[in-house]
Amino acid sequence: MWDFLNLFSVPVLETSIRLATPLLLACLAGLFSERAGIFDIGLEGKMLIAAFFSAAISFNTGSVWLGLGAGILASVTLSIIHGLASITFRGNQLISGVAINFLAAGMTVLIAQSWFKQGGRTPQLEGAARFNPIEFPFAETFMPVPVAGPVYASLIGGHALLVYVAIAMVPLTWWVLFRTRFGLRLRAVGENPAAVDTAGVSVVGLRNAAVLICGVLCGLAGAYLATALQAGFVKDMTAGRGYIALAALIFAKWRPWYALAACLLFGYLQAIALRPDLLTAAFGFKVQIQLLDALPYILTVVILAGFVGKAIPPRAGGAPYVKER
Amino acid sequence: MTIMTKLMSAATGLALTATAAVADPAIIFDLGGKFDKSFNEAAFNGASRWAEETGGTFKEIELQSDAQREQALRRFAESGANPIVMAGFAFGSALSEVAPDYPDTKFAIIDMVVDQPNVRSVVFNEHEGSYLAGIMAANASETGTVSFIGGMDIPLIRRFACGYAQGAKAANADITVISNMTGTTGAAWNDPVKGSELTKAQISQGSDVVYAAAGGTGLGVLQTAADEGILSIGVDSNQNYLHPGKVLTSMLKRVDNAVYKAMLDGTDMETGFNVMDLSNRGVGVALDENNEGLVTYAMLSETYAAADKIISGDIKVHDYMSDESCPALDF
Repeated sequence: MWDFLNLFSVPVLETSIRLATPLLLACLAGLFSERAGIFDIGLEGKMLIAAFFSAAISFNTGSVWLGLGAGILASVTLSIIHGLASITFRGNQLISGVAINFLAAGMTVLIAQSWFKQGGRTPQLEGAARFNPIEFPFAETFMPVPVAGPVYASLIGGHALLVYVAIAMVPLTWWVLFRTRFGLRLRAVGENPAAVDTAGVSVVGLRNAAVLICGVLCGLAGAYLATALQAGFVKDMTAGRGYIALAALIFAKWRPWYALAACLLFGYLQAIALRPDLLTAAFGFKVQIQLLDALPYILTVVILAGFVGKAIPPRAGGAPYVKER
Repeated sequence: MTIMTKLMSAATGLALTATAAVADPAIIFDLGGKFDKSFNEAAFNGASRWAEETGGTFKEIELQSDAQREQALRRFAESGANPIVMAGFAFGSALSEVAPDYPDTKFAIIDMVVDQPNVRSVVFNEHEGSYLAGIMAANASETGTVSFIGGMDIPLIRRFACGYAQGAKAANADITVISNMTGTTGAAWNDPVKGSELTKAQISQGSDVVYAAAGGTGLGVLQTAADEGILSIGVDSNQNYLHPGKVLTSMLKRVDNAVYKAMLDGTDMETGFNVMDLSNRGVGVALDENNEGLVTYAMLSETYAAADKIISGDIKVHDYMSDESCPALDF
């Protein structure tokens, strides 16, 4: 029994939250973009470039806030390129996204090498150049209290600021999408852009706005990786998180609260994969870690196949809008 | 991407045809680039040392893509460079193709065995160096638990882990050794975030010395170990300086010595199988001003004693790659 409960112990859940945060930010980024009808394979690339520029500018200025700004700016720049290619010039959204991933992977290493000469990484960040964990008041005092103490000190508290920002983004996204006029139009543009156009609202404008929001959120995700979880940039450090976020988005059926649940689940799967000892103790046999690593994708396929409800993407997703003449 | 590759290869071609004639040695760096603070940089340092000591010059190229391997090899061979040294196991298949076409040129490949009459294959006994790292870890540990984080789960990395576990258990039979691999794909070499979380997971299991053999992922391991106040062990190059006073030691792989030796031997280089181990200082542990406060006299004497016994053959460190199993660690 205890062995099984250990699977949900505070250190494991704490790790889950840390690992879920970049997924959640990227997932919400994809949500805005795809709800407006623009598929975005380039989440990975945007996170990567944001990770690099946030680390590089943090190091050069000593301020993590300037770094965060630079990361968001870099990510938004890639968003603008994506918008230009797939909205203005009506190019293929998937190809544009793949191009962005390549661009980011190559450019970050190239610039890092020419600026810092450390083999494509940035120097280590220290002190104010990093987002440090926020200690909640009296965390140390409450620590000895069983269960509640560690939960308060390290599960609820003790995370970097961006973790709380990411979680706050969930209700905010829900509110914007489902309770504002902008959100209604944004969703409509992903379902039936012609109707929105007939109503006299700019399809191009709305889609660009969605893609820009996507850029900002990816910027936060990248900055979190490089300045909060890590103390600097290493080449390809996003390690496929952008794709897992896309899987989470499908798993969440393009809904904000589901996205939170999906990202926490995927984060938990990644966290438990780090503790094979607990798994062996709980189940009594050796669980293959590779299976856990693959589980997010397997679950997504299951959802896509329609076993657990149906995942219906925005109807106009992937198709550039051409005004009728 | 393709245009980039083409431009790069065109530039490579020009650079290589511009310099020709004399039999200078040449070196090819792998994709990590020659300033990677680790493997390739060690190779570059070895070549530079040769150039400084002999006053000679060498040709060099940093690869930008996998497609350039064979091309770079052929260009160097055509231009008369001899010997041609390449750093990295990934050159294996390209070299097997190229070597028979240039029987008068000598090649040296590091970390890989290519069975051709004009090739020197240099491999390192990483398990011996890791064994010494394990002894130091067991001595430094106060909790009785030490741990290992590997990059991609391949036999070469398990060899590091296995040597480390054997060393730790030799120094303290009751010690617990935890081992985790970052992943099973190439992304596992560059995932410092996962490296950090693995380190934290191992700390929660009681580990207070963590050995990282994981490329870029290892930087995350060393960072987290320093942040959380436990000791870490670096790999390949001397990484003690990354967090002075927090890195117990680094398992050195003297790629620089292998390159230096190949260039020094020049065109008369002996070919065949070349093992770099403790006896010829091919592997070892790093001691410098950054970790002198961490290494006690007792730890040092035990480590040196073990090194002597390995060299004399009294201690046999089991090589994971010899039979794909490890007596000290269960994967």
